[in-house]
Amino acid sequence: MSSKTLHIANQTTTCYHCGEQCVDEILYAEDKPFCCTGCKLVYEVLNENDLCTYYEIENQPGKRQKISTSGDNRFDYLEDEDVTAKLLDFKNDELSHVTFNIPLIHCASCIWLLENLHKINPAILSGRVDFIRKNVQVKFNHQEISLREVVVLLSSIGYEPRLNLSDVEGKKGRSTVDRRLIKKLAVAGFCFGNMMLFSLPEYFSEAELLGNGFKKTFNYLNVLLSLPVFFYAATDYYKSAWLSIKGRNVNMDVPIAIGIVTLFLYSLYDIFMLHQEGYMDTLGGLLFFLLIGKLYQQKTYDTLSFDRDYKSYFPVAVTKVVKDREEVIPLGKLKVGDLIKVRHGELIPADSILISGDGYVDYSFVTGEEVPVVKGKGSLVYAGGRQKGQSLTMAVQKSPSQGYLTGLWDTDSFQKEKDHSLISLATKISGKFTFTVLLIAVLSFGYWMSQGQLSIAILSFTSVLIITCPCALAMSTPFTLGNTLRVFGQGKFYLKNAQVLEKMAEVDAIIFDKTGTLTDPNQAKVDYQGEGLSLVSKGILKALVSESTHALSNRINVWLGEVKKAKLTDIEEFFGKGLQGKYHNQLIRLGSAEFVGAYAAWPLNEGNRVYFSVEGVVLGCFYIQSGLRSGVENAMDKVKIDRYIHLLSGDQDHERFQLQKLLGTDVSMKFNQSPTDKLNYIKSINQKGFTTMMVGDGLNDAGALQESHVGVAVTDKVTNFSPASDAIIDASVLEKLADFLSFSKLSRKIIKASFMLSFAYNILGIFFAVQGLVSPVFCAILMPISSISVILFTTISTNYMAYRRGLKTKIF
Amino acid sequence: MEVIFILIAVSLIMAGSFLFLFFKAMKSGQFEDNHTPAIRILFENNQSKKEKKVKSTKSK
Repeated sequence: MSSKTLHIANQTTTCYHCGEQCVDEILYAEDKPFCCTGCKLVYEVLNENDLCTYYEIENQPGKRQKISTSGDNRFDYLEDEDVTAKLLDFKNDELSHVTFNIPLIHCASCIWLLENLHKINPAILSGRVDFIRKNVQVKFNHQEISLREVVVLLSSIGYEPRLNLSDVEGKKGRSTVDRRLIKKLAVAGFCFGNMMLFSLPEYFSEAELLGNGFKKTFNYLNVLLSLPVFFYAATDYYKSAWLSIKGRNVNMDVPIAIGIVTLFLYSLYDIFMLHQEGYMDTLGGLLFFLLIGKLYQQKTYDTLSFDRDYKSYFPVAVTKVVKDREEVIPLGKLKVGDLIKVRHGELIPADSILISGDGYVDYSFVTGEEVPVVKGKGSLVYAGGRQKGQSLTMAVQKSPSQGYLTGLWDTDSFQKEKDHSLISLATKISGKFTFTVLLIAVLSFGYWMSQGQLSIAILSFTSVLIITCPCALAMSTPFTLGNTLRVFGQGKFYLKNAQVLEKMAEVDAIIFDKTGTLTDPNQAKVDYQGEGLSLVSKGILKALVSESTHALSNRINVWLGEVKKAKLTDIEEFFGKGLQGKYHNQLIRLGSAEFVGAYAAWPLNEGNRVYFSVEGVVLGCFYIQSGLRSGVENAMDKVKIDRYIHLLSGDQDHERFQLQKLLGTDVSMKFNQSPTDKLNYIKSINQKGFTTMMVGDGLNDAGALQESHVGVAVTDKVTNFSPASDAIIDASVLEKLADFLSFSKLSRKIIKASFMLSFAYNILGIFFAVQGLVSPVFCAILMPISSISVILFTTISTNYMAYRRGLKTKIF
Repeated sequence: MEVIFILIAVSLIMAGSFLFLFFKAMKSGQFEDNHTPAIRILFENNQSKKEKKVKSTKSK
């Protein structure tokens, strides 16, 4: 292998723009070699505008410019007012701002070029790249350059923005929740820090550092500083507590809110009426720690998207045919009965009937199966597939949002917010906790009243509420979950939020999609039947298949291994049929049964078969079956121990026997499932009382992913498209699924253990509080100690356990 | 010791202005993207073509 690549490197020239080998032809511009006219064109544009620094920052930074088959008018829809208005972030009389997503951004050169767009066209004021999100924000003067021209300019230099239906129809803007939380944390931290300073004289009250006058002033300053904490930083807790009481249950925020309010009111009373020091510093510290916990739990993966629906896959515009004239219109304006044109590489936007052209449709986005499907004239083609080969003319049968696949998003499951109310651990105990605390407070109040000591009664009542404010209790969940989320993220399993983790622990039924989820194209099993293959014939086959990018060709190519290619002439690929070439004037064909002329003599049953013929005589046949991903069988065995496994597939059931052999007979399998069938199947399992986890990869699983309690999308590259889900798992770690599941259970145990720890603190606190012995200094010491020890306990134990179980390579 | 009142006022104002600056920085989007600026700072400023060629000899 290495000697071969060396050989090539010596012989061929690489393209100055994209760095790929110049195979067919070498074009020169100013002595620089280019592999195709596309790359050369980009260079010329950049050279003309004095932008060749692009090539100096990184070597060969471009991507190969495939000569686009679509017409020049493909961006015409960007002239449409409705479309532009939705794409623009901002517009005034003169300026427009727009943010494009450009997946191609990959190096420093890209950033440099996209931020120097104004040199190509002065009407563009600036470009600003966000490298991680692969976005560029362009500001331009729309009186001199239109949005369409900006997009055309970008694609002319090789950076074509990705424009999807969701850009036009979806909501824009990132959530600001995160930012508000950080602001509150900053306020709480600021106030807490200053309050601690002002409370220092209290902590050393014996030492009499300062006179009484200072003490008073400091107390008033503390009241001043506590106002932003009480009225701004703590607002989320009041809201959440109120909502939960209104919904007739008690979540963790109820006791917290009670604690905060008591702390604040009692401190006011203490400072202004009794002229004592109050608990204001404790209040500040409490909020500071609580908000840190909240923030820690919100681990977000900026580059991942968990909420894509079909709109992220569908194009913004389609080519409509009106009386032999082509016209590009926004997808939203497409009507039933329209004639549309779908070119090579374009997505079929609506369920349509094929009128002319040979349909050869790749549904890998939808089903995960990457072998394209052949469609003849007059057949109904479902939306979501990508046409390969010839242009098609089609008549639209259903509007884009009502199709076989897209209709899925109209079902109930997508109308409501995903809220399968599995009550979290913390919520479960907080009801009892709050009740117990209130009872103890009232009892001690009653006891001291019966003794006739009103002031101690009030003191003990409030101190119980203050000291039991479940700070440590409230910290244990976010820190354990936050840590686990991070551990999983390092293991390439990305959860949308912490709630998913709690649900994961309860999963007792797992439903797998077959194609693309359990099977892996690279693991395909190729069987050859027929006349034995000599080295020469293997060489001929190798030469043929390496000319094609078809999925089956790739698999046969892998199966053939390292064989020296034979020299073939006139190699041609017929989309949807096969390949042909000439070897010593003999016609060699490789492809479907019809193409090579294989009939009765050869098995014609289901599955992917590729036939091989010489001069019309069929010599052999390849039978290609999808293979399981490596490690899946093991993972299944482990997962199966205490969970039910189901398998759903959109395919025919010709692989049932083979799958049962591999996965075991106790797996319930369903074949021929439409996207809606899958959704309904999950619904029926849910109704039986199971907690379900759906593992799928394609858009056709979107309904099932949504309906299940935990929807996991499998993807080969996490930054690639994946349907809306609760979690995204990298296909390479699918075999660890069982470990992830059991770790989610373990993290529940860690939460429980840390609950015990904080209960111990609470009991200690209550012991002093009922006697009326709690002082502000005592509070100011116990509270941070309990919080910090809970944080340390959860952080260390999650990371250590993850290390022990092999989910992490280092403890920290 | 009365000087402490002035010091407290000064320290509160200073701390408060840091808080304010932090909010301003957050609003301006400084914390949104912390990868690109690291690359951007390494770009050389605009020069004419000839100057650049002289400079670029040092690279690689």
